[in-house]
Amino acid sequence: MHPLTGFIEKTFVITEFELRKLRHDFTELVTRALQPALWLLIFGQVFARNGAMHTGNIPYLDFIAPGILAQSVLFVAIFYGINVIWERDLGIVQKFLASPTPRAALVLGKGFSAGIRTLSQGVIVYGLSLLLGVKLNWSPLALLNVLVIIILAATLFSTFSLVIACIVKTRERFMGVGQVLTMPLFFASNAIYPTDMMPGWLKMVSHLNPLTYVVDALRTCMLADSTSTFGLSFDYLVILVTTTVLVLVGARLYPRLAT
Amino acid sequence: MIHFLECIMSDVVLEIKDLTRRFGSFTAVDALTLSVNAGEVFGLLGSNGAGKTTTIKMLTTLLPPTSGEARVAGFSITTQAVGVRRAIGYVPQAVSVDGSLTGYENLLIFAKLYDLPHRDQQARIAEALEFMNLTADAKRLVGEYSGGMVRRLEIAQSTLHRPKVLFLDEPTVGLDPIARDAVWKHLVDMRANYGTTLFFTTHYLEEAESHCDRIAIMHQGKLDALGSCKELEASLGPGHTLNDVFIHYAGSALDTGNNFRAVSAERATAERLG
Repeated sequence: MHPLTGFIEKTFVITEFELRKLRHDFTELVTRALQPALWLLIFGQVFARNGAMHTGNIPYLDFIAPGILAQSVLFVAIFYGINVIWERDLGIVQKFLASPTPRAALVLGKGFSAGIRTLSQGVIVYGLSLLLGVKLNWSPLALLNVLVIIILAATLFSTFSLVIACIVKTRERFMGVGQVLTMPLFFASNAIYPTDMMPGWLKMVSHLNPLTYVVDALRTCMLADSTSTFGLSFDYLVILVTTTVLVLVGARLYPRLAT
Repeated sequence: MIHFLECIMSDVVLEIKDLTRRFGSFTAVDALTLSVNAGEVFGLLGSNGAGKTTTIKMLTTLLPPTSGEARVAGFSITTQAVGVRRAIGYVPQAVSVDGSLTGYENLLIFAKLYDLPHRDQQARIAEALEFMNLTADAKRLVGEYSGGMVRRLEIAQSTLHRPKVLFLDEPTVGLDPIARDAVWKHLVDMRANYGTTLFFTTHYLEEAESHCDRIAIMHQGKLDALGSCKELEASLGPGHTLNDVFIHYAGSALDTGNNFRAVSAERATAERLG
């Protein structure tokens, strides 16, 4: 078998079985819906009313709807790595690593499954947006783009999470690092305010933050009338390159979990 | 007859030479040299911290050696890791099947990962379930399995692809005597049916005595004794038991060394299996 065919096939085998595990996991779907609801209904409503944010010609609620979607994808994905620490404390990681499965397929397969899991957040944010009167773009192409962006973004951040898990190896340290990283990633992005409002140094940091490009891509495709800051192709390029690098780093570090 | 047995046993499947692993200044495995023949049941004994698990991790390519070399089924663990991985099965000490999948699904994923031909997969899985006496429970979530069933499923999972060598790290830890006997019955049958070489570590001397063709005793990373149980007992003079042999070579029958993480992992495993 050609190595690339083998790699793709094994990636989807890992994804398939990760998704099979979710059958009994409906409570998680409900609890995960809470956070974006709070951000949109409370934070969003308050800031929209006071006109505190200058978001140009689009209303503030329209502006943050894609931002909150990106944020909830980030929050769900960034703690994904705890699963591999759990699997390491059992013997599951060791057994997979002793099999001939390519390491990159183990990493990317798990990433994709996180991506597909996170699609439910899209449904929730679309529902809330409808409720709040956000003007959405319902063209099939736009919806397809949003779907792909959610999967890619969750793959990116869950792989990042897996890389952290491979380095820290214990649950306690992982939770600590996860907490420390999420808020800076969120605040140093264009999710809830335009980068133009930021001081120069923060604006620079936000341009190095992959979440900024996820938000920009989502904003471009989700809203009825919005223009992209960086261009949709550039957003995709940044997301894909970052994910590829993280998968390669993850494949390199994954065997550390067996030692 | 003896000559004939020697001929069929003389096919070396595992060759370890000067295998060494250091963690900082601590030498976990120190210039280990031994070879195991195809079809042999080989037990690696020693107190906690003697280097047994580190040895198995190196042989299963999970941990690179600091120096030395080993060949498993003809493949080098340092330069042909993928070849080694295709030729072996591995049952770690801790629970290695997924509780949120069914028994059948746990086998199906490994059938796919080991590239079993698609048309053979279902037949092979059915055979493995039958062999391990798990057919009736195949569609249940593994989280509901008993300890003995979990171990049998793990062995089924690790042998679906008919490995030449099956590595087992403390395969019966945490199991009650009846479940232990059932696991061993299946392991012995497996060797008889498929000629699988079994390489395992254990704390239970009586297991080594009743099932092993040969044993090796490790102490502080070094190989201290190697041979059949009878040979080792005889080497101490008449009337000695394997327990005497163990105390003679491993210094003490008491567990020494070992760290908090290993102990808590072992107890957690025992709890989950029990």
